[in-house]
Amino acid sequence: MSWNSAGEFFAMGGYAFYVWGSYAVAAVCIAGELWWLRHRAETLRSRPGLSRQP
Amino acid sequence: MAINIWKYASPQTFYPLAGKLAPWFLALAAVLALVGLYIGLLVAPTDFQQGNAYRIIFIHVAAAWMSMFIYLVMAFWCAVGFVMNTRLSFMMALALAPTGALFTFIALWTGALWGKPTWGTWWVWDARITSELILLFLYIGFLSLHAAIEDLRRADRAAALLALVGAINVPIIYYSVKWWNTLHQGASVSLTRAPSMASTMLVAMLIMSLAAWMYAIGASLLRVRIIIAERERGADWLEAGALP
Repeated sequence: MSWNSAGEFFAMGGYAFYVWGSYAVAAVCIAGELWWLRHRAETLRSRPGLSRQP
Repeated sequence: MAINIWKYASPQTFYPLAGKLAPWFLALAAVLALVGLYIGLLVAPTDFQQGNAYRIIFIHVAAAWMSMFIYLVMAFWCAVGFVMNTRLSFMMALALAPTGALFTFIALWTGALWGKPTWGTWWVWDARITSELILLFLYIGFLSLHAAIEDLRRADRAAALLALVGAINVPIIYYSVKWWNTLHQGASVSLTRAPSMASTMLVAMLIMSLAAWMYAIGASLLRVRIIIAERERGADWLEAGALP
């Protein structure tokens, strides 16, 4: 373990904004994609005749 | 015993298979990501040059590798579609593109957040970064071109042609740090020499890349099911119960 306390971990040696900013954006992107996939599937289920004309 | 892989070249047989496989790939991605984050954020030591800013690597490299790899797989399916004239190949390419674009965006964004503390700038027009930006435009171009053409067969083929021509950009991204004098550093991992980083860092980076890989497979399988369901609407086999 390379940390002495939780505060030290979250501070990331002064780079908290850059490190956590990167992880947050990646997490939001992936959550967003999964949400979008689910939304598309639900749209398709609820009105299969009306979804985007293939 | 020979398994007939051609059987799964038809949307009808691939559809349930993709539905069975997708949750497993996503679950595997989640487990690998947890292990990779644990090693990368808690176990791996602080870098003696970059301090803790280097921990962006576990997202950045995984996303950048996947952004290039997904493009190659997408171009591969486009080529298969042209040669074999299989509909599913084009659907697979279309299913991969948004996930590829997402990873390209993550690679660029985390690159900017890494560049600021280490280079002093969010962005430079160096060969590696510019060619990665072009990759993002290629993904977006592929999707826009496909969406702009009404006739699906023509949309598939036109977008596939764009994807194939754009594939030349991937080796340019990969070798840009060798061919040009870039601000972006060279490869940290190579098959021909020992890696230039602590082994826990390397292990975490590889596990995170594997997680990104599994996620990309899971997400594209989910998307290809939606694409199949949209295109095959009205087909007898695709009843309400079988929708994604």
